[in-house]
Amino acid sequence: MKTRDLSELAVRNLREAVLRNSLTTLGVAVGVASLVAMLSLGVGLQTLASQRLTRSGLFDAVFVTSQRNFRGPRPPAPDSAPKKESRFLDEDARQQLSKLSTVTEVYPQIRFVTDVRYAGKSETTSVLGLPDSSRSSGAFEGMKGAFFSSPTANEAILQIDFAKVLSDQPPALIGKELTLRYAERAAFSKAADDDEALLDAMMGAGKPGGISIVPREKTLRIVGVIESDPSAGIGGFGGARVYLPLKTAEQLHVAQPDDLQAFLSGNPAKPSYMAMTVRVRSPKDVLQVEDSIKQMGFATFSLLDATKSLRLVFTVFDLFLGLFGSLALTVASLGIINTLVMAILERRREIGILKALGATDRDVRSLFFAEAGAMGLFGGFFGVALGWLIGSALTWGTTIYLRRQNLPGVKISYIPWWLALGAIIFAIIVSLVAGLYPASRAARLNPVDALRYE
Amino acid sequence: MPAAPTLIQAESVIREYRLGETVIRAVDDVSLTVEKGEFLALLGSSGSGKSTLLSMMAGLDRPTAGAIRVRDRNLDELEVDELARYRRETVGMVFQSFNLLPRMTLEENVELPLRLAEVDRHDRESRVAEALERVRLGPRRRHRPSELSGGEQQRGALARALVNRPAILFADEPTGNLDSVNGEQILLLLREFQDSLGMTIIMVTHERPLAEKFANRIALLSDGRLVSDGVRH
Repeated sequence: MKTRDLSELAVRNLREAVLRNSLTTLGVAVGVASLVAMLSLGVGLQTLASQRLTRSGLFDAVFVTSQRNFRGPRPPAPDSAPKKESRFLDEDARQQLSKLSTVTEVYPQIRFVTDVRYAGKSETTSVLGLPDSSRSSGAFEGMKGAFFSSPTANEAILQIDFAKVLSDQPPALIGKELTLRYAERAAFSKAADDDEALLDAMMGAGKPGGISIVPREKTLRIVGVIESDPSAGIGGFGGARVYLPLKTAEQLHVAQPDDLQAFLSGNPAKPSYMAMTVRVRSPKDVLQVEDSIKQMGFATFSLLDATKSLRLVFTVFDLFLGLFGSLALTVASLGIINTLVMAILERRREIGILKALGATDRDVRSLFFAEAGAMGLFGGFFGVALGWLIGSALTWGTTIYLRRQNLPGVKISYIPWWLALGAIIFAIIVSLVAGLYPASRAARLNPVDALRYE
Repeated sequence: MPAAPTLIQAESVIREYRLGETVIRAVDDVSLTVEKGEFLALLGSSGSGKSTLLSMMAGLDRPTAGAIRVRDRNLDELEVDELARYRRETVGMVFQSFNLLPRMTLEENVELPLRLAEVDRHDRESRVAEALERVRLGPRRRHRPSELSGGEQQRGALARALVNRPAILFADEPTGNLDSVNGEQILLLLREFQDSLGMTIIMVTHERPLAEKFANRIALLSDGRLVSDGVRH
């Protein structure tokens, strides 16, 4: 029989026992829906986590330190990259790093401990300079107040715990001013120094100048109070409690622990940094850039291994969600077998007539197969739609809950095209497998016996 | 006048069924020849083996022993698919209980053998119309079997049997469920097919008067055996 005729007959047969076939198809749809809803939850959560982590800058960043002062949490193996001369992380290095291909941004880590004065109180705390790119990292979503108005603004964002130390009403701090007291590092040249002879005596002839540490104050306007710790994990150095724009922090020329070493090495005029963050275009570029930076004589660290672990966790998570969803589909496939076996009993005489009229065993088998496949196809389509509705309801409910907690809504369920298509194909395959036994049983019926059946 | 060629040849055909420990011989060593264009009536009482013999000749069943040859081909040697093809292309069948599919309209029922034979859609329409006209059911083509009388249903079944233009038409008690008027109408149609289309007709019946009135030849079976053969009209 031609495929078109077979399809017409199958659809006609399905239409005739509309209630029973609809219920069976609904069973398949529920099975597919549970599978799709489970997997869409897995995909949605994975997408959400990936987006958040990517935007956090943890996985597209390489943390660079000078081998002189810090070898990072993952020291290189003894026989890894060839030994290079240790270098300072100074402006020259920054320029060199920013010229590497796939590098999008290089910024120094400016972090210092200082006194903060507000309304007559003086507190010692940790300050961190934030690059302007962290505005879009997602870490500041839900913050009270606003991000810095410009990359060089004299503004500060406070971490809530520290804000509570300064005031009983942290949000009321927004718009107020605080003062930083810090140690400024200033270089002076040989020519400008009156005690040249003394310096020469101290450092030996030919040493160029020195550095001075000068106490300074800086007044900053508080523009935001944040509940989470936006710098947690960046560089692996722990969080800070006061944030200011990176360029503003750079202009302060705060004395860094490396300054003394730089001075002793005879390079006091150029400021050096404890660490720099190199952002690359995408996480897959991290390894290559890390190698190039090591070749330049710096120590590096990235969280790429952590990403791999995360993917493993999500793959196992998806597998379990898929297994639970598949259980429902297995139950639905039993429904298909039951429906088709019942149909054979009911349509025994019809099978006999078809055979008497010249239908081959294959024709009869194909007819039952087509009916099972059609139930799978329709069940698959309805199931994907139902799964999407369940996923949307979950997202909707979660968003309402999060908004009540003053948190931004998130899309926790996501159905990519491959999941929708895969679920429909899977439903058809499961239905065809379920139809295998009834179809072959129908095909094997003896026409004489079938015609005798009342 | 030259003798008509032999179309069907049954040679010492035996058909046994097993019911638990008991073996029932439904057809017992029957040999029979059917010539092209004949109207043969297989006459006998209930359980005489006439329907079993018809089923074997129609390719629906296989003998336990012996052979049935149609156009010199032993049906028992045909593969399952070849036997289905024989039923589709060489044979038309009519049953006592009409056996129209209740979900289909009359014309869809008549179209069914053409679907199975993969006949082109354009040809189907005209062939279905022609078959229905031949049994005078053209105006009822859109009706379902439940909307037709017994006689009309059997005429519809006749249309379905001849739509593939078979060489042989097997009719198993075609008048069994009909009153005498409708029964005669059906047999008249069978005679008409025999005369106008040159069809060979083999009919199973237990009604001797009808067999004598319409068939060219009567073969009488009793307890699975061929008792007499060759009463010609």
